[in-house]
Amino acid sequence: MTPAFLDPGSVEMTVQNVKFYQVGSRAVGNRLLDATLRTEQASPARRNALTSGHRACQGCGEALGARDVLDAAVRATEGKLVAVNATGCLEVFSTPYPESSWQLPWLHSLFANAPSVASGVAAALKAQGHDEIRVLAQGGDGGTVDIGLACLSGMFERNDDVLYVCYDNEAYMNTGVQRSGSTPPFARTATTEATGAEPGAPIGQGKDVPRIAMAHEIPYVATATVAELHDLEAKVERAMMMRGARYLHVLVPCPLGWGSAPADTVRLARLAQRSGLFPVFEASHGEVTEVLPIRGRVPIEEYLRPQRRYAHLFADPPRTELLARIQAIADRNVARYGLDEV
Amino acid sequence: MRRQLEGSRAIAEAVARCRPQVVPAYPITPQTHIVEAIGAMVRDGSLSGCEFMTVESEFAAMSAAIGASAAGARAYTATASQGLLYMTEALFNASGLGLPIVLTVANRAVGAPINIWNDHSDSMSLRDCGWVQLYAADNQAAVDLHVVAFALAEELSVPVMVCVDGFVLTHAFEPLDVPGQSAVDTFLPPYAPRQVLDVDDPVAIGAMVGPEAFTEVRYLSHYQLTQALTVFPQVCDGWGRPLSTVDAYRVDGAETVIVTLGSVSGTIKDVADEFGNVGVLTLTMFRPFPYAEVRKALGAAKRVVVVERAFAPGAGGIVSADVRTALAGTFAEVSTVVAGLGGRAVTKPALRRLVADAMSGWLGERLVFLDLRDELIEQQIERMRQRRASGPPRPGGAA
Repeated sequence: MTPAFLDPGSVEMTVQNVKFYQVGSRAVGNRLLDATLRTEQASPARRNALTSGHRACQGCGEALGARDVLDAAVRATEGKLVAVNATGCLEVFSTPYPESSWQLPWLHSLFANAPSVASGVAAALKAQGHDEIRVLAQGGDGGTVDIGLACLSGMFERNDDVLYVCYDNEAYMNTGVQRSGSTPPFARTATTEATGAEPGAPIGQGKDVPRIAMAHEIPYVATATVAELHDLEAKVERAMMMRGARYLHVLVPCPLGWGSAPADTVRLARLAQRSGLFPVFEASHGEVTEVLPIRGRVPIEEYLRPQRRYAHLFADPPRTELLARIQAIADRNVARYGLDEV
Repeated sequence: MRRQLEGSRAIAEAVARCRPQVVPAYPITPQTHIVEAIGAMVRDGSLSGCEFMTVESEFAAMSAAIGASAAGARAYTATASQGLLYMTEALFNASGLGLPIVLTVANRAVGAPINIWNDHSDSMSLRDCGWVQLYAADNQAAVDLHVVAFALAEELSVPVMVCVDGFVLTHAFEPLDVPGQSAVDTFLPPYAPRQVLDVDDPVAIGAMVGPEAFTEVRYLSHYQLTQALTVFPQVCDGWGRPLSTVDAYRVDGAETVIVTLGSVSGTIKDVADEFGNVGVLTLTMFRPFPYAEVRKALGAAKRVVVVERAFAPGAGGIVSADVRTALAGTFAEVSTVVAGLGGRAVTKPALRRLVADAMSGWLGERLVFLDLRDELIEQQIERMRQRRASGPPRPGGAA
């Protein structure tokens, strides 16, 4: 017999109408919340679109993000979802032939072309009268911010009916941690060594793809992290309720590339948001409509110090002038998006 | 019924009769008229059930065709030259995934130097991308090959490239018979994919394959591609047009046979007629290479002259290398003639001199460039020798 907690039909039965102090909390998987307010990840009936047994590293933020996003998208579309994947870690660790972790129709073509392939899938579904089947494309920051940007921009400007999700771990992790257009200033990568007056990745370079997406005036652009599961799932759901080109940019810490402890993935994602370095917001047709306010802003050092890619900034003596320049970026984000909680 | 039509227009109409469901389009000369015409037919409703996408590059065009085909739609696009090279990575992907996409290549030279005119450098450089390659000798063949291409592609689940000489065919107006809708509907059933992105029966397409199975996957691609040698004649029979992997013209008993592909075949046949004892073998199918048919047609010839519209720099002939393989063990001499690069006309007087050189025995197994301006070449080689600008001095070189 199926244990009650694994039987989706019995979920309602387990809700206890007792007033605990956690009620109303947005803590992940809080079983005391009303069933309708719980995350999809807390549901025993979740699809497991990216199921267990794959070969991601321990603490992989991308694996976590992809599972969160796809399960939410599968729920929002009632299982009528096709996924297109760019080449990268996610593709490699999920489908070593003859195995696959995907429990939904999934297509991988090339590194640079996931947006165009997804546009083609959407066009095919439309031509076949399958408007109820939706398309989600996904890739890492290399496939999105760098090599795939032309295809992504084309998908945006044609307003093709695709949700594109970028899992941003801020470097080419699959090839051994090289700098991408999303690598933050002073971060050490294999192609931006931590030497010289301005060690690590150059400051003043890189692309802000959420803002580039907004410049296309597409119906929906949002950023999120793997730390705020309710926020992430709500954004996926909102995106899937809309038609046209939509873009979701999810910060996914990478223990390998960031030099962080696997157990710290969610904590670091939260600190990225709470430091102001990763603004979490939503935009519609080019205008910011919502921001996730920062509850208790932390200095950037708190976010950077646990990551060995920034170890050179905390040497003896610490590089306070460089840390100040990173703090200035966080301050600018807070001012630009109005992130301080009122 | 024959109508006076531009080649591109006739190709577009033939493609439309095949009811493509997704056509991603990106302009490049001399292909553009084809996708313009398809776009217009989608707009005016004469081609219904088709999504016409104006994409941002040829790479995106082939990528969208890949997505569409994997989602179970009949997908078509067209390109040429730089555009074909820009979609190279996606071409290999389409064949690797076994997606029956049909692509028109309006053959054009590849730069630098930039040149918009006709030769076969573009499609020949993609000889090994795993696609069937068909070459149209004239516009009627171009029309029929497109209809046949969809049937062949979908029968085998392999992509097919129909190569049509840019300008010479794409922009030529002539009386052409474009098949009617009912004829094509009878011949070409709706596309039934081998595997498809289906929410009710999910599959993962495009997995990573390691050393333990990659060779087998590649072997099976080769096996499947070579099936086209037998399936192509069958679909041509079914379509009822006189098309075959090779077109043998007066080769029986001919001591000298000229092998070629594409539109230059007509001029060569005219010249062959003047000589009487010269045959012409026109390849319609170049990939897979019809070794048996070529050997059968050429096995008795003493001299085989391969007139090619492209070449492999640093090596020589592309088509003639395959012809030599087909003729291994026979006594035929095979020469390579590189002709008509970048739109240079392949004229009857030049071909007459060529045939005379072949019959005199002078040509032998040489590699020659037809109508090469020798005085210009000598001048330039001398100039390059004099102006050698880097590296240590070489014995006999410039100071």
